[in-house]
Amino acid sequence: MLEVIQDNWDLLRHGFVGTLKLTVVCGIVSLLLGTLIAACRVSPVPPLRWFGTAYVNLFRNTPLTLIFFAVALGFPKLRFNLSYFEFAVIALSTYTAAFICEAIRSGINTVPIGQAEAARSLGMSFTQSLSQIVLPQAGRAAVPPIGSLLIAMVRNSAIASAFNVTELMGTSAEMVENGYKSLWVLLWIAVGYLIITLSMSAALAALEKKLAVVR
Amino acid sequence: MTTDASDTTPKPPVLTKSEVGKDAVHPGAPLVVLENVNKHFGALHVLQDIDLTIHKGEVVVVIGPSGSGKSTLCRTINRLEAIDGGRITIDGALLPQEGRELARLRSDVGMVFQSFNLFAHKTVLQNVTLGPLKVRREKADVVTRRAHELLDRVGVGSQADKYPAQLSGGQQQRVAIARALAMEPKVMLFDEPTSALDPEMINEVLEVMRDLAREGMTMVVVTHEMGFARSAANRVIFMADGRIVEENTPEEFFSNPRSDRARDFLSKILHH
Ligand SMILES: Nc1ncnc2c1ncn2[C@@H]1O[C@H](COP(=O)(O)OP(=O)(O)OP(=O)(O)O)[C@@H](O)[C@H]1O
Ligand SMILES: [Mg+2]
Repeated sequence: MLEVIQDNWDLLRHGFVGTLKLTVVCGIVSLLLGTLIAACRVSPVPPLRWFGTAYVNLFRNTPLTLIFFAVALGFPKLRFNLSYFEFAVIALSTYTAAFICEAIRSGINTVPIGQAEAARSLGMSFTQSLSQIVLPQAGRAAVPPIGSLLIAMVRNSAIASAFNVTELMGTSAEMVENGYKSLWVLLWIAVGYLIITLSMSAALAALEKKLAVVR
Repeated sequence: MTTDASDTTPKPPVLTKSEVGKDAVHPGAPLVVLENVNKHFGALHVLQDIDLTIHKGEVVVVIGPSGSGKSTLCRTINRLEAIDGGRITIDGALLPQEGRELARLRSDVGMVFQSFNLFAHKTVLQNVTLGPLKVRREKADVVTRRAHELLDRVGVGSQADKYPAQLSGGQQQRVAIARALAMEPKVMLFDEPTSALDPEMINEVLEVMRDLAREGMTMVVVTHEMGFARSAANRVIFMADGRIVEENTPEEFFSNPRSDRARDFLSKILHH
């Protein structure tokens, strides 16, 4: 079983780095986008709220593969000629952001309404009260579900291999073709995924502790 | 009532309570003016044709049965609740729609809530400095110095670095008052500031409010604390079913209520 990793070290490393890159970039983009859409959903401006709701309903209820196809086939038609990696980032992030938005929104709902009222009565704008008062307190409740969503995102990133992006899952086909036992190949790939998801979980647990708010 | 009253009338001299005597009816020019204000929650007509003028330096106590609209009245003054009819002006300026201008006007109206609503993730000091720093964009050292002075003034100077949850209710409410004062507001709104407090903490908060009244702060106070009303208020407003039923000096109101509703209400809160 060790020769799988010895013989294919470069291939596995490329796959691992590809998945890691997708994780980091998509994680950041979907967190930012998800927060922005959550802000829309709780905004006092009705059109922004409508947009937020429509976005979530659209992307949460569409299969990820379909979104990948739509991006990979649709964007070139619109003359956006991006790399496959960028297509994958767009597809995976827009999809994940819809779920993250809802996690953040449920976190926002755990913050007593009086917190935002106190902020508003001091003269803070909507953006200020959201960013200074509400979101920091929403974070603690939102972190655990966001953790699960990000782990799901790492797993979902495997779809990218079907769109020519080098990532961990995609390396398996090549190794199995070269005659390595698929059991051992998949074991090592699982180890790769575990390294990413477990370190992410640890980081999020630390973040959750840091965001603890005593009431 | 004109909206530009503050421009056309000469500024009245600033009078402290001791100079005018606490029974003086109108210590200063109109500051908060509600004209024909109406508000519904669905089918419920919470505020009905409210006309109310609060003058600079005046302390107005609002009293009335539960559900009569006292909190709603208080909250319309800084537009935490929008009204459906009538108009509200603060120092001559009409309350605008939600936006930058409203935020600026709100920063001139201090609000103290029944449940304190201190920012749970900020220290006591940060609670007090946040408004001046983020809203007024004042210099940090100036703001911090003022915050410490205010915290000393309300008697919680030694708690500056604690978090709200580490303080007693009475201390939290005094911090909340300091937080509102840090914006140097023109008027302070108190919505049942002592109702959530244990009896032994009520007085420490009322004492801070009495001091404020003595220093000439314009105040609207929803409270059932009659001792406070008698000692600090210029005027008592009695509300029932969304209307102002009676308006009088505290002495007259408590010893000689004119309406049946008020008499009934007073007998209930006095005998228990
Ligand atoms: N956001 C809201 N939505 C619907 N109804 C509301 C809302 N806020 C208050 N009400 C209703 O409006 C009425 C007046 O409420 P308000 O809080 O102003 O009364 P109050 O005089 O302050 O009473 P209390 O002494 O209990 O605090 C009540 O019947 C209340 O149920
Ligand atoms: Mg109330």
